[in-house]
Amino acid sequence: MAEPSREGSSAEGPRATDPSRLRRDQAIERIIGAMLQIGVLLSIVVAVAGAILYLGRDGRHVADFRVFRGEPFDLRSAPAIVAAALGGHREAIIQLGVLVLIATPIARVVLSLVAFAMQRDGIYVAVTFIVLAVLLAGLSGFS
Amino acid sequence: MNLDAFTLLLALGALAAGFLGSLTGLGGGVVIVPLLTLGFGVDIRYAIGASLVSVIATSSAAAAAYVRDGYSNLRIGMFLEVATTLGAVAGALVASRMPVSAVAIVFGAVLLWSAYLSLRRPAESLPSPAPDPLATRLGMDSSYPTPAGPVAYHVTHVPLGWLIMAAAGALSGLLGIGSGALKVLAMDQVMRLPFKVSTTTSNFMIGVTAAASAGLYLHRGYIDPALAAPVILGVVIGATLGTRALVGARPVALRRVFVVVLVALGCQMIYHGLTGGFARG
Repeated sequence: MAEPSREGSSAEGPRATDPSRLRRDQAIERIIGAMLQIGVLLSIVVAVAGAILYLGRDGRHVADFRVFRGEPFDLRSAPAIVAAALGGHREAIIQLGVLVLIATPIARVVLSLVAFAMQRDGIYVAVTFIVLAVLLAGLSGFS
Repeated sequence: MNLDAFTLLLALGALAAGFLGSLTGLGGGVVIVPLLTLGFGVDIRYAIGASLVSVIATSSAAAAAYVRDGYSNLRIGMFLEVATTLGAVAGALVASRMPVSAVAIVFGAVLLWSAYLSLRRPAESLPSPAPDPLATRLGMDSSYPTPAGPVAYHVTHVPLGWLIMAAAGALSGLLGIGSGALKVLAMDQVMRLPFKVSTTTSNFMIGVTAAASAGLYLHRGYIDPALAAPVILGVVIGATLGTRALVGARPVALRRVFVVVLVALGCQMIYHGLTGGFARG
């Protein structure tokens, strides 16, 4: 299992099959896994709380999603959703839960970036940075 | 129907989809859009928005169980996420310029194709290929645990795998699905990863891919809170129950039933797309 050559190991970090790197990678992945579960749980709690409040007021209204109208602007962007949710807007509280859900994988990528930086793995710091940039561009809606 | 009843039924429908999806290993995301459009009469744009957030939820919720086993490969996942996120953004941008009937027809075709893929006999795990200079340079070779100790594996055909991943990301962004089958295909058959490594790494990637296009859908007003809440809750509970119920082998009979459901839904999506049944808004 040992690599025949150690060349380039200082520039690229330890070789792939190095047991200590493997252990570190698995420790990182466990932390990431736990963080993802917490994110999902938090988003569900927030969304369900919002849904209960929302149905408490509008539950008797007729459900009609047949025609696409598009959501109002206070339910579309991260800053607007946070502001509306803090102001007690019930649908915005659900949307805040959705926002937490979208942020969960993004937080995972940030954590991976930190992990690769700590391992001084230049290639993967760059790779992870590109992924993060695409995610943040998507979240900002290219605006 | 009033919103109370609608929400309850939708949560139950999503629960069933999540349960069957995880029990059969085909993923619940792919049936959420037909469930909402054909079953509940929801506009396909709202349906895709709700499906996309449910895909993030199931992928993230399952991740902890997957990493515990030590199969996933963080480096391969991250490298391929460049392809899937770029593809997802492109897919989401195309979706907004495409007529809804065309989106429905593509969706139907993907359902039929998923059914075909899952009917095929699962390919034998190929022997690990010889070391590939590019994969070695990218630190992708690793090992996975077995009862007899860690087994090393190599990765090959990185550029082709990357391109297929970009296509998987584009489908995910266009249709609001996880594209797990295409992701596993690229890693399994093309890059020659061991099956358990490709499955778990793919699950990791699905959430990040969906998050890339979800932001765009949110900005376009496709994500409706009244639909998102019951769908997220239902799918996550269903998928969790499905994983618990699943010990070892996947029930073959149930898988066949699910394939029949996929074919029926695929035909209906295409039929409604062709006859203009989705062009309401």
